[in-house]
Amino acid sequence: MANGGLSAIMQEFKGERGDLIPILQRAQGLDGYLRPDAIRCISRWLKISENEIYGVATFYAQFRFHPPGRHHIKVCLGTACHVKGGEQILAMTKQRLGVETGQTTVDGNYDLDRVACLGCCALAPVVAFDDKIYSQMSVLKIQRFLDEQKRD
Amino acid sequence: MSKNEIDSRRRQAVAKWEKLRNNPVPFIYIGAGSCGLAAGAAETQAAVEDYLKRKGIDARIIQVGCIGPCYLEPLMDVQMPGRARISYGNVMAKDVARILNAFFDDGQIPKDHLAGHFGDGEIDGIPSFYDLPMLKPQVRIVLRNCGIIDPDDIDHYLARDGYKGFEKCLSMNWMDVLDIVKRSGIRGRGGAGFPTWRKWETCRNTKSDQRFLICNADEGDPGAFMNRSLIEGDPHAVLEGMLIAAYTIGASQGYVYIRAEYPLAIKRLRTAIGQMRELGLLGPSILGSDFSFDIKIKEGAGAFVCGEETALIASIEGKRGMARTRPPFPAVEGLHGKPTIINNVETLGTLANILRNGADWYAGFGTETSKGTKTFSLVGKVRRTGLIEVPLGIKLREVIYDIGGGTQKPFKAVQSGGPSGGCLSEEFLDLPIDYEHLAAAGAIMGSGGLIVVDSDTCIVDMAKYFMSFTQKESCGKCVPCRVGTRHMVEILEKICDGKAELADLDKLEKLALTVKNGSLCALGGTAPNPALSTLKYFRPEFISHVKDKRCPAVSCKNLVIYRVIAGKGTGCQRCVKVCPTGAISGPRSEPHNLDQSKCIKCRSCYEICRFDAIAGDAIVIES
Repeated sequence: MANGGLSAIMQEFKGERGDLIPILQRAQGLDGYLRPDAIRCISRWLKISENEIYGVATFYAQFRFHPPGRHHIKVCLGTACHVKGGEQILAMTKQRLGVETGQTTVDGNYDLDRVACLGCCALAPVVAFDDKIYSQMSVLKIQRFLDEQKRD
Repeated sequence: MSKNEIDSRRRQAVAKWEKLRNNPVPFIYIGAGSCGLAAGAAETQAAVEDYLKRKGIDARIIQVGCIGPCYLEPLMDVQMPGRARISYGNVMAKDVARILNAFFDDGQIPKDHLAGHFGDGEIDGIPSFYDLPMLKPQVRIVLRNCGIIDPDDIDHYLARDGYKGFEKCLSMNWMDVLDIVKRSGIRGRGGAGFPTWRKWETCRNTKSDQRFLICNADEGDPGAFMNRSLIEGDPHAVLEGMLIAAYTIGASQGYVYIRAEYPLAIKRLRTAIGQMRELGLLGPSILGSDFSFDIKIKEGAGAFVCGEETALIASIEGKRGMARTRPPFPAVEGLHGKPTIINNVETLGTLANILRNGADWYAGFGTETSKGTKTFSLVGKVRRTGLIEVPLGIKLREVIYDIGGGTQKPFKAVQSGGPSGGCLSEEFLDLPIDYEHLAAAGAIMGSGGLIVVDSDTCIVDMAKYFMSFTQKESCGKCVPCRVGTRHMVEILEKICDGKAELADLDKLEKLALTVKNGSLCALGGTAPNPALSTLKYFRPEFISHVKDKRCPAVSCKNLVIYRVIAGKGTGCQRCVKVCPTGAISGPRSEPHNLDQSKCIKCRSCYEICRFDAIAGDAIVIES
């Protein structure tokens, strides 16, 4: 495949088995997901079957196999967020966006995911919108937030 | 860089640090850990920058890590030239101008938002930050630099005796270092509490041409963020610990296995490792000795099980993160089949302090069998949440009430040790926190998550939460864990839905013991703990779900209904507007109706009625 970015990334590695996950992480950084042709390319270079690469990649929650939406919403369901109402925030977000976790809205604007813990437990419940973390959320705040996003 | 050169660099660093303490221009410190940023520290910092620019004031902004009291985030400290550093809490962007005006225009020390100053005792009616109720009972060894120094500036670390512990190490042989670690009594801070020295000795005594050291920063326990805070606030402390460990076990290559969910911590580590290379603290012949060592960062890809040693190793090797049977233990046969030591971030972060101050000093904290201090993330329904460090042996009550300020609603339970730990009820409040007492009570120390819950939290739901967490994170290799946890979740769901029978409780308990005894690794072996401990200490709450079909905490969705109190509603229409399914209806100024068949129990009406509505509290949730 003619993906210059990927070749440049592979140049940085020695091509050892242990490089597989870092390479997949970098490849995902290029397109936001693991493209089938990228996996084929990595497979040939590392001499690991595509099957096995998919086996590894699907094991880890980080890897995606579909193009991402423009924005990524992650609702934290760590313990602290859970006891402070994270589930209800997730339910409301699902309702508002009309998607389940792991899906992208039809207009391609938002990905919705649940995460195990963002490590901001003292300010629970939290929601991450792209790289920014919003703390002390509530069912109301998330609705208002999504409304504001839509307007912008 | 040789030993002499590092000494001269340290002298420069000390001078720089002294200058920082006797600042020529005002310094403004912003607590910019992940949690501070989540609370709005970036906006606060932007407001400070804007303010200084507008007023043409020459001042320096220094970003520091998290100092612990997260409930005060965002924190801003102001240090006028030659004066004490004074900390302000909950400083949002809108508060910045008011506080800074008082300093710069009026020459006053403003009193609102004031937290304390970073010195000893009270000055002009301002308490010391360390005398705050949350800080006072703490002993800060691992966290000594967090929130104090600029984590991106190695000179700050050097000036505060950084890398002196490692230098001391270089002047001794490995057996003497091992002896110090042994006498200090430190045990692994990742959860299991295995004596650090014993693991090291096994590794060193295994013949091999190469050994590896791995820093386990795959802090997967939900509700725990000690390691993140430490790395974000003082990365060099952890890296110095890695040098000490590597020197003792004879490792030539080290890895930091860190969660990809911690981007700021990864960034700080990268910066710190670069600085170490520059100063010759990494690479061949470190500080002119014959010890060579290097560190690579490996980003975890999102799998809880990779916190388990053998799964972590599989992940670094580029495989699915699945556990294997032990023995052979990694200390004998680990990464690429070579002897490998995996130490937790906090264990490593403590080592330099032990080397610098001596084994006896460290062993002076804690109890007979659990020496030293431990960091905890104190979260949930306590008033003062945050990151704390306390001597082991401290009572749960002191942590929850003295440090955490207690709960607003009646205390129900404290969950220790994450998904592998247990829920302890009120009767355990006087339990000393150490490895033995917690284990005997059915919980574990774990990595340090302490989640406090009050009467609003349903304990069955809590057990279900943890079980579904471990069920999702099970690597799937062994049957008890893969299938057993799934069935346990199903039974707990039945209980929460009010569809279970009494016999299900016994089934749950029996299954829990099978999973506990039959699983391959610690994930499965400890997964049933939350269920077992709640069944043991909160059985009446399970019974009322099963027999009365009631949730005493009014939390389980399928056992509660939402209702508008007829006399209370004023017809303000706010709940009508916010209801996503149109379940609430009614004309303005008349009490509204709530159609149960349409209600999805999303809680929106309940919240708006408490915050925004004219009547307030007109909507109730009942079980």
